[in-house]
Amino acid sequence: MTLLTVRDLRVAVGPREIVHGVDVAVEREQTLGIVGESGSGKTLTALAATGLLDVPGARVSGSSLLGPGARDEGAATLDLATASASQLRRVHGSRVGFVFQDPSTSLNPYLTIGRQITESLETHRRLGRHAARLRAIELLEAVGLPNPDERVDAYPHQFSGGQRQRAMIAIALSCDPDLLIADEPTTALDVTTQAQILSLVRDLQRERGTAVVWISHDLGVIGQVADDVLVLRDGRAVEQGPIGALYAAPAHAYTRELLAARPRIVAGAGPQPRPDGPPLLEVGGLDVRFTIGTPTGRRTVHAVDDVSFTVRRGTTLALVGESGSGKSTIANALTGLVPPHRGSATLGGSDLLRARRRDRRRIAMVFQDPFASLDPRRSVGDAIAEPLRVHRLGGTGAAARERRVAELLELVDLPAAFAERFPHELSGGQRQRVSIARALALEPELIILDEATASLDVSVQARVLGLLRRLQDEQHLTYLFIAHDLAIVQQMSHDVVVLQNGRVVEAAPAAELFAAPRDPYTVRLLEAVPPEQPRAAR
Amino acid sequence: MRIQPARIARFLGVRLLSSAIVLFGVLVVVFALIQLVPGDPVRLALGTRYTPEAYEALRAASGLDRPLWEQFLGYLGSAVTGDLGVSFRNGQPVTTTLLERLPATVSLAVVGLLIALVIAIPAGIWSALREGRASDLIVRLTSQFGVSIPDFWLGMLLISLFSVTLGWLPASGYVPLTDDPVRWLRQVTLPALTVGLVAGAIMTRYIRAAVIDVASSGYVRTAVSKGLPPRVVTGRHIVRGALVPVLTIAGIQLATILGGVVVVEVVFAWPGLGRLVYEAVAARDYPLIQGAVLLVAVMFIVVNLVVDALYAVADPRIRVS
Amino acid sequence: MTIDQTPVPVAAEHAGGRMSTWRLLLSNPISVVSGAVLVLIVAASVLAPWIAPYGVNEIDVAGALAPPSGAHWFGTDELGRDVFSRVLVAGSTSLSIAAVAVLFALVVGVSLGAVAGYRGGWVDAALMRVVDVMFAFPVLLLALAIVAIFQPGQLTTMIAIGVVYTPIFARVARASALSVRTSPFVQVSQTMGTPAAWILFRHVLPNIAGPVVVQTSLSLAFAILSEAALSFLGLGIQPPAPSWGGMLFTAQGFLTQAWWMSVFPGAAIFVTALAFNLVGDGLRDILDPRQRTLIEARRTR
Repeated sequence: MTLLTVRDLRVAVGPREIVHGVDVAVEREQTLGIVGESGSGKTLTALAATGLLDVPGARVSGSSLLGPGARDEGAATLDLATASASQLRRVHGSRVGFVFQDPSTSLNPYLTIGRQITESLETHRRLGRHAARLRAIELLEAVGLPNPDERVDAYPHQFSGGQRQRAMIAIALSCDPDLLIADEPTTALDVTTQAQILSLVRDLQRERGTAVVWISHDLGVIGQVADDVLVLRDGRAVEQGPIGALYAAPAHAYTRELLAARPRIVAGAGPQPRPDGPPLLEVGGLDVRFTIGTPTGRRTVHAVDDVSFTVRRGTTLALVGESGSGKSTIANALTGLVPPHRGSATLGGSDLLRARRRDRRRIAMVFQDPFASLDPRRSVGDAIAEPLRVHRLGGTGAAARERRVAELLELVDLPAAFAERFPHELSGGQRQRVSIARALALEPELIILDEATASLDVSVQARVLGLLRRLQDEQHLTYLFIAHDLAIVQQMSHDVVVLQNGRVVEAAPAAELFAAPRDPYTVRLLEAVPPEQPRAAR
Repeated sequence: MRIQPARIARFLGVRLLSSAIVLFGVLVVVFALIQLVPGDPVRLALGTRYTPEAYEALRAASGLDRPLWEQFLGYLGSAVTGDLGVSFRNGQPVTTTLLERLPATVSLAVVGLLIALVIAIPAGIWSALREGRASDLIVRLTSQFGVSIPDFWLGMLLISLFSVTLGWLPASGYVPLTDDPVRWLRQVTLPALTVGLVAGAIMTRYIRAAVIDVASSGYVRTAVSKGLPPRVVTGRHIVRGALVPVLTIAGIQLATILGGVVVVEVVFAWPGLGRLVYEAVAARDYPLIQGAVLLVAVMFIVVNLVVDALYAVADPRIRVS
Repeated sequence: MTIDQTPVPVAAEHAGGRMSTWRLLLSNPISVVSGAVLVLIVAASVLAPWIAPYGVNEIDVAGALAPPSGAHWFGTDELGRDVFSRVLVAGSTSLSIAAVAVLFALVVGVSLGAVAGYRGGWVDAALMRVVDVMFAFPVLLLALAIVAIFQPGQLTTMIAIGVVYTPIFARVARASALSVRTSPFVQVSQTMGTPAAWILFRHVLPNIAGPVVVQTSLSLAFAILSEAALSFLGLGIQPPAPSWGGMLFTAQGFLTQAWWMSVFPGAAIFVTALAFNLVGDGLRDILDPRQRTLIEARRTR
């Protein structure tokens, strides 16, 4: 039975139409996965279809009919796209629940978790304070939070990211809605936490019979949760259908491209093994601590604890870990952004930690955020030319530098004319290529890629990774590859070091690690990676 | 409400230490004021009353004949015990004079702040919730007027309207609140209105910005997605979220008012600290100037500490870990 | 090997295309009007010596306290002096004081603040303590104290206002520099070995320009008001030079007889400060990225 029927939904902001006539249906007790890259309009579609859109200047047309649910067979059908504000308020929180992406900003820091649950219950179910509080404790238990009778009076800042998301789910499900809209709910979470939340939502759905709309850019995640899938691109529905069929035999070229670009862990995959090259980067006993100032005084964080590893010339070593593992801190220590407490690091024999400014040339870094990695006020050409000018590379004189910049742009598959453009005129993938070109301009011995593709769309990420691999082969580059996504780690790396809470948990050649991981944490990480086959099809 | 006393104590401890450092800096600056005068401050102050005996007497009394560091320590020591020297003009102890004039300024500042809050809080919230619409624009424009108007001119206009033309309220005069509340109220109205309208305009802008910031945050979106009535979203989520920034603004504004009343007190002949400083500057009465400036700065530091204490209560992230 | 040609601006923040700063500024009628008024005021001030119809101290006791007329647009004061000419010349003095004072505050404040924000560490902590101390003194009080130290006059007023407004520039520059310092593009330059001076001048300063420009406009407004207050108290611009504040002080005694003596100088202060504030507001709307997106979205309707 269909719960929500969306017909020809269009959303325009200003003069531009962003969502162009989407038709989709959500069945009772089923999960619909909406998948698309950035700019596909998936969030706008879901918000417009549930009457929660509040972008200034936005206009919604078409219809989105919410039919009666299992709990209330006699309810009238309501068109959410055109309903009045008071009608929508009766639906929101009561028949439709929402879970948003970022648990750190989606909860009110000034109210207890319990209060944030009970206010829905008081509004929609007319429960008194006491009854509402009991129900809140029940809900916290149902979402797997330990000590719910204590935690109900705790504030959001006292919970971890994963726990906050569980609390958000409790809030969304508090009035037993027929439909749950989850907008990228696990994107901001670690992969192990993500796995837990995925199974939690599946269990809750089964128990309560809630229909779910799960929005994500990650096909692997969608594969784990959805029964039906809608693929969006540039505001248009590209393909939809049952998940098994769609994943096994996609009809549309774009779907095929998305599925092909998805990083997966495949037995025996990985770059060409290198014969044992000489060690290039040797890190020994690295220890980094820093003090952070909180309102209640200073606190010491032990970010990196006795970490040692070796990177061989011409190969890629991956530093893998979740947030708080210290992987980025290691990179910052190697490049001089953070002073280490103890330890040694040598590059080709010479000391890295006490390097002079001149020697900084030997390591180049590419950061995660394509938008913030380029100075918005300088042109692309200026950005790439900076290392040339600082270290007097690429020949003398402006003309020689211009030629070198053009060369570098071509090396990363960008037209030389881009040198005049400014960052805001480029897409995310193009900006990352510029960052890579800038790194290459240094003619470094080692390139550190700190989650360099994590903010890119899946298809763009695949192309950039391909570029990186090609450059490594052609230019004999050495990479230190920092990532949390094990599938791309497998694609890119010869050796892997797994970090947890600042310590090395396991270190092995990639082939060995993926075939037979030894440490239980590594095993958990591998198991948390969504498998290739969608769950519903297995 | 849950409180972890140890945590609050640590927080306040950090703030107290910070304030102590600022206080020390303030003492250094105030002390330096008299040292920076080009020429001889004692001679300048005596002016036409100069005689060698008077000069020596005043110089000795103000301790200016001792070495610098000794003067500073002496100044610190006596400041701590409440002795701020004697006035160059009339030989009265500075502390006594300051304390005589303090109540008038404080009463003016408090009433002014209240008027400002009564204007700014509703206006700021109301216009923030209607951001971009005509009503918001009107509030913004009006508050811009309030910020740009010279307070002494506003005072004169109010006198012209309410005292001279309408005759409703007096243009000057002061009785302490305790002596005759009704008359005090009538006398404080125009000056407080002058102070309050300008401060209210300034605060409206800040409050509006704070509320807009909160209204666009993730947790307000969550509140709306729960289908809560608009009253609850505004009251329990938006206003609560803006409470901390508003506290900060109110604290800063009180400090600004304490300093800015100088001109208003002159226009309305209000016998407060501000007018005292004006007279002291005209007469180059350095000890009095130093004392008044120190007192105001100390009041500012104290107000900030009070605001910090209120933070500790208002923000759960500080009071529990 | 495919070449990635498309200069597709991704993400909704570019909805409608990036509009140039000028176009956005001009599209706001309030900014345009205030900007025009400002230009008018500055022009009038610069040309004051030539366009003032009478001398500023041309006494004419017989024609004292005359209401506005064709001969005297703003009337005459208690000594028969033409109020209009005095307002014009006073404006010229006020604006130059405000400009010099704010320039001083900007140069000193931004230098200190930017370096503190960029360097961090004890330099930053020390500077911020100093700024905190200065903030503990209300603006006018500190200015008065400075005036008490030196002789009242134009130079002293400039110094007093300049010193008193330096901390706010330092704070604004520091906050901006701090956020720029932690952004990846600065970190990349640091890891590359770019010298600190290069980073400061070519990356940090251009990126803190926005908030600094806004603060300049607002500080000019407050400088005008501060100078007027000091002159009102007789501690700013000294007679016989005319000043708006000074004229208002005298006007207190003639509140009922000669409304023009209080209205015109007061309105001059008000309009000038208002114009600076409105222009500053308009600039802030454009230079703050979030506000700008909002405006662009509304514009493209």
